[in-house]
Amino acid sequence: MPKARRPLLGGRRAFGGSQPIAFLYLLPAFAFFIAFGVIPLGQAAFLSFYEWNGITDRAFVGFDNYLTVFTDPKIREALWHSVILIVFYAFLPISVALVVVGLMVRVRIRGQAVYRAILFLPTILPLTVVAVTWRWIYAPDGPLNRALDAVGLDGISRAWLGDFTFALPALGFVGTWVTFGLVFVLFMAGVQKISTEQYEAARIDGAGVVREFFAVTLPSLRREITVALVLTITAALRNFDVVFVTTRGGPGTNTEVPSMFIFRSVFQTRTVGLGAAIGVVLMLELLIVNMAVLWYRRRGEVES
Amino acid sequence: MIESRVEKRTIYVVMVGASFIAIYPLLSIVLLALNEPGKRISGFTIPESITLENFFTAWERGGFSQALRSSAIIAVTVVAASVAFSVLAGYAFATMRFPFKNTLFVVLVAGLMLPYEALIIPLFFGFRDLGLIDTRWATILPQIGFSVSFGTFWMRATFESLVGSTVEAARLDGANSWDILAKVLLPLARPAMLSLAALLFLFTWNDFLLALVLIPQNESAQTAPLALSFFAGQRRGGDPSVIAAAALLVALPVLVMYVILQRRFIRGIAVGAEKG
Repeated sequence: MPKARRPLLGGRRAFGGSQPIAFLYLLPAFAFFIAFGVIPLGQAAFLSFYEWNGITDRAFVGFDNYLTVFTDPKIREALWHSVILIVFYAFLPISVALVVVGLMVRVRIRGQAVYRAILFLPTILPLTVVAVTWRWIYAPDGPLNRALDAVGLDGISRAWLGDFTFALPALGFVGTWVTFGLVFVLFMAGVQKISTEQYEAARIDGAGVVREFFAVTLPSLRREITVALVLTITAALRNFDVVFVTTRGGPGTNTEVPSMFIFRSVFQTRTVGLGAAIGVVLMLELLIVNMAVLWYRRRGEVES
Repeated sequence: MIESRVEKRTIYVVMVGASFIAIYPLLSIVLLALNEPGKRISGFTIPESITLENFFTAWERGGFSQALRSSAIIAVTVVAASVAFSVLAGYAFATMRFPFKNTLFVVLVAGLMLPYEALIIPLFFGFRDLGLIDTRWATILPQIGFSVSFGTFWMRATFESLVGSTVEAARLDGANSWDILAKVLLPLARPAMLSLAALLFLFTWNDFLLALVLIPQNESAQTAPLALSFFAGQRRGGDPSVIAAAALLVALPVLVMYVILQRRFIRGIAVGAEKG
């Protein structure tokens, strides 16, 4: 236990050495956080136990909305899609970035900053712009199909976002494109902190590229991997913008995601309570993911 | 370093390939937008003649002058207020002693995990009752509420790294807490504040869902991403080169900022994520 630090500022007057003026400094931030974060969260939890069309009186229905979330085939399908999207948003970019970083630590690369700047670019774009861009790439007469035609694979070309089999993976790949740069930059920053001695030691022991990766690079990146997991899984589960602008859930219900149901519950289906319940479920999913990843990291830090 | 030829070549091929995939989609809509209106292009050829006509068409038909202005007003207000409130709160957490300090900090930072998909329904009905739906306030206020979690976290870390002998000296000279913040710490914290402002600008500018739900009908308050989604949706069968131009208009402020503050952005996001 570190010793309690002496307060840096002010005296030890009231509150046994504490500085009540601190609350004045905290007031604006907490006022906004409570008014627009904490209270709406409480209201969402409250509404999730009611059936309400947004206009007339609401009726208490207990856990019915939650039951619907897990039994309604359409909502279950959307939840399942968001799980599939995790593969594209999180696992795919993280695996590829790990391989690339594992190779990079072995050679000195010129122009690293340039590659980093380019690879990071997709992460900063507004997702609406990303969606419009990829709608063009995937369009029937868009660049992807043209490229396929050009190399003689015109049998494969199709309207990707209108295809029952390929629409969801196509949207998933947009996610990979967006998150890869973020993951890569995180890992690059991580490997720069690994001491060269560790690599030299591994190489003296005769470790090849694969063993070196598993012995040095991967364990040292544990922290960065957990951060990358949290950020990318969050992005996958919350996915809304790209779906809304490209497919609106179609073709059929093939690219439906939970946040689309939340949006519709206010303006179209008028099932506000159900929408609130989906929101709460989404929040709990994120909470579980965050806790699991944090637990994994803690465990790793205790071990090492 | 192992300078094996094969490995070196492999990694360059991988890097160039990945960079191509990262940049190509954006490049292809730039080419599309600069092309003659209505002309079909394959996406891989350089246009014969370059024209800005599509940008003018998008600007007029999509109402983007209004939308960009509205987005700018929203982003500047949110960033200014959030940075100011975060500086105050971060300063208190970094330097002062008060009851429930750790609990309050954990609660505030837990806000980083709050998805606003879950809050959007109560926000909609709350603002409807207050008559704020379809005004810019409907997105400004919650955006500040969501930004102070990250901001306070960020500024606390900044102040903790800065607090040192100068602050101690100022304290011994009898400076009060406000003077120490304003005269000693703020000048030192400027680079960190600029990074924070850049990140919050990015998050605010890029928001779509809040604007979609909370400013559904008032065209004069609509944000640029919202205007883009309506414009692209209406003209599904329309000219893709005009839509491409519209998308670039919406991305332009973020792109310009990225070019200027690129290192700050990358380091900011990496460091911010790191501390999380």
